[in-house]
Amino acid sequence: MSLENQIDTLRAELSAAIAAAGDEAALDAVRVAALGKKGSVSALLASLGAMAPEERKSAGPAINGLKVEIAGLIEAKSTELKSAALDARLKAETVDITLPLQSAPTARGRIHPISQTIDEITAIFSDMGFSIAEGPDIETDYFNFTALNFPEGHPAREMHDTFFMKTGADGVKKVLRTHTSPVQMRVMQKTNEKPAANYITPAMDPPIRVVMPGRTYRNDSDQTHTPMFHQVEGLVIDKSSHIGQLRWVLEEFLKAYFEVPNVTLRFRPSFFPFTEPSMEVDVQCDRSGSEVKIGEGSDWLEILGCGMVHPNVIRNAGLDPDVYQGFAWGMGIDRIAMLKYGMPDLRAFFDADQRWLDHYGFRPLDLPTLFGGLSS
Amino acid sequence: MKFTLEWLQDHLDTDASVDEISTTLTTVGLEVESVENQGKALSAFVTAHIVSAEQHPNADKLRVCKVDAGTGELIDVVCGAPNARTGLKTVFAFPGTYIPGKDMTIGKGNIRGQVSNGMLCSNAELELSNDHDGIIELPADAPIGVKFVDYAEINGVVFDISITPNRGDATGVYGVARDLAAFGLGTLKTTDMSPVASTGPSPIAALPQQFSADEPKAIRKFAGRYIKGIKNGPSPAWLQQRLRAVGLRPINTIVDITNLVSLGWGRPLHAYDADKLNGQPVLRNARNEAFDALDNKIYTLDETMTVIADDTGPLCLGGIMGGIRSGVTDETTNVFMECASWDPELIARTGRKTGIVSDARYRLERNVDPALTEPGLELATRLVLELCGGEPMQPAISGEDVFANTVVEFPLSEVKRLTGLEVEPMVATAILSRLGFQLSGKPEAFTVKVPSWRPDVTQKADLVEEVMRMVGVDNVPLEPLPRLSHVAQRMLTSIQNRRRIARRSLAARGLDEAVTWSFISHDEATRFGGGSEGLQLANAIASDMTDMRPSLLPGLLAAARRNANRGTADLALFEVGQVFLSDAPDGQHTYATGIRTGTAKLDGSGRHWSGKAEAVGVFDAKADLAAVLDALGYDIDKVQLFAEPAPWSHPGRGGRVAQGPKTLAWFGELHPAWAAELDIQGPVAAFELDLDALPEPRKKATKTKPALDLSALMPLSRDFAFVVDKAITAGAILKAARGADKALIKDVNVFDVFEGSHVGEGKKSVAIEVTIQPTDKTLTEEDIDKISAAVIAAVTKTSGGVLRT
Repeated sequence: MSLENQIDTLRAELSAAIAAAGDEAALDAVRVAALGKKGSVSALLASLGAMAPEERKSAGPAINGLKVEIAGLIEAKSTELKSAALDARLKAETVDITLPLQSAPTARGRIHPISQTIDEITAIFSDMGFSIAEGPDIETDYFNFTALNFPEGHPAREMHDTFFMKTGADGVKKVLRTHTSPVQMRVMQKTNEKPAANYITPAMDPPIRVVMPGRTYRNDSDQTHTPMFHQVEGLVIDKSSHIGQLRWVLEEFLKAYFEVPNVTLRFRPSFFPFTEPSMEVDVQCDRSGSEVKIGEGSDWLEILGCGMVHPNVIRNAGLDPDVYQGFAWGMGIDRIAMLKYGMPDLRAFFDADQRWLDHYGFRPLDLPTLFGGLSS
Repeated sequence: MKFTLEWLQDHLDTDASVDEISTTLTTVGLEVESVENQGKALSAFVTAHIVSAEQHPNADKLRVCKVDAGTGELIDVVCGAPNARTGLKTVFAFPGTYIPGKDMTIGKGNIRGQVSNGMLCSNAELELSNDHDGIIELPADAPIGVKFVDYAEINGVVFDISITPNRGDATGVYGVARDLAAFGLGTLKTTDMSPVASTGPSPIAALPQQFSADEPKAIRKFAGRYIKGIKNGPSPAWLQQRLRAVGLRPINTIVDITNLVSLGWGRPLHAYDADKLNGQPVLRNARNEAFDALDNKIYTLDETMTVIADDTGPLCLGGIMGGIRSGVTDETTNVFMECASWDPELIARTGRKTGIVSDARYRLERNVDPALTEPGLELATRLVLELCGGEPMQPAISGEDVFANTVVEFPLSEVKRLTGLEVEPMVATAILSRLGFQLSGKPEAFTVKVPSWRPDVTQKADLVEEVMRMVGVDNVPLEPLPRLSHVAQRMLTSIQNRRRIARRSLAARGLDEAVTWSFISHDEATRFGGGSEGLQLANAIASDMTDMRPSLLPGLLAAARRNANRGTADLALFEVGQVFLSDAPDGQHTYATGIRTGTAKLDGSGRHWSGKAEAVGVFDAKADLAAVLDALGYDIDKVQLFAEPAPWSHPGRGGRVAQGPKTLAWFGELHPAWAAELDIQGPVAAFELDLDALPEPRKKATKTKPALDLSALMPLSRDFAFVVDKAITAGAILKAARGADKALIKDVNVFDVFEGSHVGEGKKSVAIEVTIQPTDKTLTEEDIDKISAAVIAAVTKTSGGVLRT
């Protein structure tokens, strides 16, 4: 057989074998059989050495051409096989991406509206330079009433529907605080300079600017009253604060809290034993629809009580009411939460119904700030 | 307090509109709760005649009535009132009528199988009074089918105002008129209260006040007057009308007069049928006596309560309520009228003790003008003579009124100091004078004499309020509160911050925040370590709210039970709130407590295609606790962890976290026996963390973080497995391994734990991976062998176990 025929035959055989190779291993076998040390093309190349120089001149390029050609075919086939293998793998790996996820923990956990509202109140008043003060829930009769100028036997005392504690080991008459106002006295009175517990805010020297959120208790229960509820109290004591500033503070707070450009307030003279003059404050709103809209409309809604700290209270705190003066206010946290977020029934706040918490609760990272907006 | 426009106009000469009056009342601090045009509100109600009333076939207490309401046909109405009887003239509401006292619209209906097309109404249903004992009874000659308001001449405007407890002076229409006049809304009209000439000596002597010096004595001055030969009976229409409009039931002329004076001038009176007295009445304290009061209830009176008594016993509980025995009736011909002044505090105390709510108590415990005792009696006498005739005898008076006679030094600058409002001296003087204050001196130093009806005014600030409420608080100009610092300082203390962070980190782990009651049942409190006497409420509102909670778990577990009953068995819930370990202030701690029930794990609950639903367990609780601790800056691996279960937890699946002597937290699975006793289904994983027990973070001079030392050398790891007794904890093994070479061992982790027959009975295999971080040079095999040997030695020594080969 002539060399030419030999090359043609080999090319035909090898091309067919390459085309027939079903995977990389088969292809590699072909490569070894052709181009390996003992391969058919290699053997042909080796035969060059035995040829006459004339013969070699023409046979060399032909055999080398075959080698290059076969190597090229193998390379092309290899690429094709790899690509097919990848395609097959990708096809096999395909999943149904519409399968549902398990929800993220942050999508499930919710912050209670009361905590959220306290954080909102905190954000606003911290910007106004107030700090947060606290006192105990089980209070002495002295701090809850007497120090706050509630005379013994006065109807105002009875109006508080007080829960009384049975007398404990120390024999002191105690109540569940009916309001957060006892914290006022603790903040002002020197006897509380070194409080018995870490969480109780120690007495401060004027100027004093504090807000006092917390749990309060009254023996009362219906749709708008629960035996436990939450109040936030504010106190400013210095040598010059007056009702004009009290009005400004409350107006600024309510605008910020309800996130409206304007609020209209109505101040009504009223009575609280621990303030004089005393006022109740109504906010103008629209109650015609199913939601209460603050900042518009022509209805009035009572929202808080306030006044100048009573001279007797300032005296009880050990300060001179002719030198020191200031104002205080108090409002229901649950109530302003209901007004802003529209929960209809106060009792549900304390029922821990998961459906209610998920509906009215707030996302864990919805942190109320003034720079980011109180609510999203 | 309710009053009508025409009643107000008896005391105030004004042409102000109802709107103006209403707005002004609120402005001066007499908050208007409602202004009602009664004629308008009740115009749909008609007079009707019950033609027949028969027993309902299916209900004992109901009657089936045929009612003629003037429409020409008889209407079927089912009525439950005991007085719905054949022949009665009454008030009827057609279907579609709004019933104010029930806040509902009556419809056509079927009551237990009988058709009922409308409603026969009581006074309470029309909000005319609290009387809901039966339907309204009209006289037999009343016309049928006319508007009830036209028939009964109910056409007044009725104001309802709320009076703050300091304003005893405003518990009468006259006092209200005085405030309106001071505001400038008209002129106050005075009433003739001058003495009425007597026709003879009193048959009843001045009442002796029989008290020893150390007894509480509620009576101050008692003024009484015997009026002979009166003719009692129904009072005139105008008086009945007036009382009815404000919700009082007319009784007879004498009783109606006492109510007129009480409501009109805030001056309570009492009337006795003089012929029913047995001997000379006296004033004394009760002696554990039974008293038949006018509200048809029997009260037991004690020695702290002052009574008017005759030889038989108490006639009247002083300042609170009269008795049935001496009550005035239509037949009374001789009456003894009482107008007395009392100690408000003692009246309040007696009122609270007996629980009696009366118009007299309401006024007398708020202070009634002591200057009105005798004039009040004269006014009463005049009204009796005018409406019932009779002969007035001389007044019988004992005791003395108590006047405060307060004088206040009042520089007018106080108004500006406390309110920021500039008020002209002329304006302030006019306001205070019209309110009855007597001013002398110059504005820089007014001396103000307080009128007898304002004992609540005792100092400067009270006068500031008087001026301000008449100027109107809404006229006080707003002024920004100056800032103390331009950038706000840190506002929260560390415990306040901890609560906030604990809440957000637990919510971020998929737990919902609950807020539950601070009080729980005594049984629950005792079970969870509380229930001591000092933590019990003396007057709990409900039997499951008697004790302050010693733990947040009872509240959360009760919530889990409620949610399970609603179909939510997989629940992740937490609360950050106060618990009460004692009734002292330092017994109040804030806990962060969480529970997971059913399959409510971190990654979600219930069945899912990606894996099977596994029950929550102790490690879910431990992970939640570790996450909160981490959020608060504490590493759970660096505090002490003890395999000591909480009282509430599974004895083999619970732990305690402590730092030094202080317990910081508990975690575990709820004890199956407790779960059964508390009626809780399925597994519960819980933790409780005492946020107050966490040590305060150390105060550092700078906020600089420690230098970061990044090694250029590769870390390497070696695995070891030990066979140890089952009781040996992984914690002990980890601690020993970590301690083997503190410089080079960076981390130790447990990667496998198993038990089985091939490791031996009562044994387990614990496999650990020790990560070694070379510091200054690459370690040789020899170095590493040394470390390995140290690890093996330390662990086998601590655990008594052997290296598994």
